[in-house]
Amino acid sequence: MEFVSPEGLRLDGRRPMEMRQIRAEIGVVAKADGSAMFEMGNTKVVAAVYGPREVQNRSQQLNANALVRCEYTMANFSTGDRMRKPKGDRRSTEISLVIRQTMEECILTNLMPRSQIDIFVQVLQADGGTRSACINAATLALADAGIPMRDIVTSCSAGYLNSTPLLDLNYIEDSAGGTDVTLGIMPKLDKVTLLQMDAKLSLDTFENVMQLAIEGCKAVADYIREILLENTKQLQYRRGT
Amino acid sequence: MRGLQLSLNQTQKVRLQRALEKLESLSSKPNSNASVIVADSIPVNHEDGLLKGHGTSEVNGEVVATVCGVVERVNKLVYVRSLRARYKPEVGDIIVGRVIEVAPKRWRVEINYSHDAVLMLSSMNLPDGIQRRRTALDELNMRTIFEENDVICAEVRGFQHDGLHLQARSQKYGKLGRGQMLTVPPYLVKRRKQHFHNLEKYGIDLILGCNGFIWVGEHVEVTDDMVVDQVSNSEQQSAKADKKILSPEEQERSYTPQETRENICRTANAIRVLSTLGFNITVEVIMDTVELSISLKQQVPIHEMLGAEFYVLVAEKEAARRSLTKKK
Repeated sequence: MEFVSPEGLRLDGRRPMEMRQIRAEIGVVAKADGSAMFEMGNTKVVAAVYGPREVQNRSQQLNANALVRCEYTMANFSTGDRMRKPKGDRRSTEISLVIRQTMEECILTNLMPRSQIDIFVQVLQADGGTRSACINAATLALADAGIPMRDIVTSCSAGYLNSTPLLDLNYIEDSAGGTDVTLGIMPKLDKVTLLQMDAKLSLDTFENVMQLAIEGCKAVADYIREILLENTKQLQYRRGT
Repeated sequence: MRGLQLSLNQTQKVRLQRALEKLESLSSKPNSNASVIVADSIPVNHEDGLLKGHGTSEVNGEVVATVCGVVERVNKLVYVRSLRARYKPEVGDIIVGRVIEVAPKRWRVEINYSHDAVLMLSSMNLPDGIQRRRTALDELNMRTIFEENDVICAEVRGFQHDGLHLQARSQKYGKLGRGQMLTVPPYLVKRRKQHFHNLEKYGIDLILGCNGFIWVGEHVEVTDDMVVDQVSNSEQQSAKADKKILSPEEQERSYTPQETRENICRTANAIRVLSTLGFNITVEVIMDTVELSISLKQQVPIHEMLGAEFYVLVAEKEAARRSLTKKK
């Protein structure tokens, strides 16, 4: 199948190095300590953060750090073919773990000993790149909850199809069987916190694809920072003095 | 816009927009660029010493914020005051909380902090008002004082080795009943001299807990029966024994008149509106909002206070109020 037309356009009309439109909103779950909605094109996820709060299971309590937990779920209606997936299937367990490890890296857990932070992410619409969208939403929600972090984590995926590096794959491109690289970075510290790749790539092409993904992450970071700053300013001026 | 899920019509949208823009212009002070977000570097002068406070960390010789909020500088100290976050207790704060567990000699209280607070049996006045050692019997009767899910009011005593301790050593603290508890973000409640308010006009009590839990309830007379001499005490007891069957007076006491209930709901809704709009919550503002809802040409019914029109009115009122105080 042709994923990049001779004119250099992808199936959904984007250029190879073009991202889908991103949109974010803070404070979508009223009851949570922090929450955010993040959209990348047709992918739409909601994240809610509760905590730091008392550890629910005493045996898991850590004396020097906060316990970070993450739960990833996909709404039944999020995909085209409606499927009832059992809670805790392998895919969502794996993604939960990935998100937890990525976020744990950026949270200053040592400042909140003997407490627990819960991150819940739910996919409302899945169109490829749910992992990235979830991480971006979780970052926003954590920042909204006022949890101290080293840096924000942003994530973006990139792939390699028809011998062209493609940024931010959608579902059709994702399921084409080509390589899919999901990258999470901390833009200020310039560090990588997540790197996943399925299938193989030669080292040269990998570097190109990775570079593309880094650019994508940085673009997401700029947008997230803008949203956060706007939100902080609003809260401040609304409260007044 | 945060938390506001209202169906505004076109005029209301424009009016709300205008009110909020006015608020924004009013707060634009020279230090309005003090808001930072996670990983923003804070400009500091390294030469004259530096103390890094909460919400900051050092990365490659740069001071970097770790939370979203406002940069505050006190002499050498630089810290970031986070806006939306859980409550951070300070000694002496008056708080409202909910009992979640009755444990040996103590109650565990949920107060919107990262841990549960502890209220020791020994750090509260017993209902009989006598100062004495707490016996095993008192310990067995703890549930007669507070049960699980009771809403209580107390003061922060301080940090002990096993967590945050509360105390309730006065008649004004203790169990709260016949009212509503509301939850607002704690940054909207400022620490003040007075957190207990008796609104005589409406016959209600208002407790603005520093932890963002607000109590609106029927007014109860604070009777400090701490200094009652032994004789009159026994007399009272015998008198009480006579009145085992509820007298009409007592029945009336266990009943809240409808007017008071309506006032409680009205005040509670006013607080809900203010907290959704993110305005500072003080008694004055709450009272202004309640009066606004009553004084309008057609009194706003209680259930319509959470409708779009009233939100817009409150925002406009707040903008007018702030511009007035600024002119002064």
